[in-house]
Amino acid sequence: MMAWVAFSLISLVILNSALNVVKSTDLVHTVFWLALTLLGTAALFVHLDAEFLAAVQVLLYTGGVVTLMLFGVMLTRRIDGVKIIHGSANKGRALFSALAVFGAIATAIFRSEQTARAVATDLPETEALGQYFLQDLVLPFELLSLLLLAAMVGAIALARKVDP
Amino acid sequence: MMDAFAQPPGLAAYLLLGALLFSIGLYGVLSRKNTLAILVAVELMANAVNINLVAFSRFSGTLQGQGFALFSIALTVAEVVIGLAIVVLMYRAHKRIDADAPSALRG
Repeated sequence: MMAWVAFSLISLVILNSALNVVKSTDLVHTVFWLALTLLGTAALFVHLDAEFLAAVQVLLYTGGVVTLMLFGVMLTRRIDGVKIIHGSANKGRALFSALAVFGAIATAIFRSEQTARAVATDLPETEALGQYFLQDLVLPFELLSLLLLAAMVGAIALARKVDP
Repeated sequence: MMDAFAQPPGLAAYLLLGALLFSIGLYGVLSRKNTLAILVAVELMANAVNINLVAFSRFSGTLQGQGFALFSIALTVAEVVIGLAIVVLMYRAHKRIDADAPSALRG
């Protein structure tokens, strides 16, 4: 029962702020609603026994991505106070496509037998996650750091003003 | 009906939440014109996928789902960095960041 209360509250926060992300007409508000969605997801991760991922989520997403997005908004916003053109192209068709995709996924969820059979199982401690990453997955883990370096260098190379 | 709520939420509840979030993000991607708003909506979709992965991890008792989710988070961060660099470039070239601003083909 308590689990349902927690789950419902967290889902309410996530879904409400996600709806505001796609509905808000101010770009800065959109980014802040995204931050709330990501924080709600971090809470859901704690609820799902994934404390380490919750910490990563807060650090990387709400700390990194949202700050970066705000920088992006401020770099591309006209300073003379013109309202950002924020119109929607095809609301009706977009709504139809989104509902169709949701219907397809929901049908798949309810038709699958594995979904009904799955039982919540206790997970190993965070220590096991560290060992999993640095023993079984050590090569992909190192490749990931290389990818982040490449992304950083690429972003700097793309956004610099003059070619050397 | 009450029986369903006597037990903790099952896998289907989390997957449905993920599907809803994904659809909201898809609606945002399709209906927005501003490139930054589209990028934010893509974040929503990636986030929905992460919820699914962590839920799978919880309901299978293994850490593979969480490992996947961590890689997915790092990849999304790299994607945002490159996407924002492209948006800044686009603003510099066209002075606006609508998705149909770079429609003219010229070198």
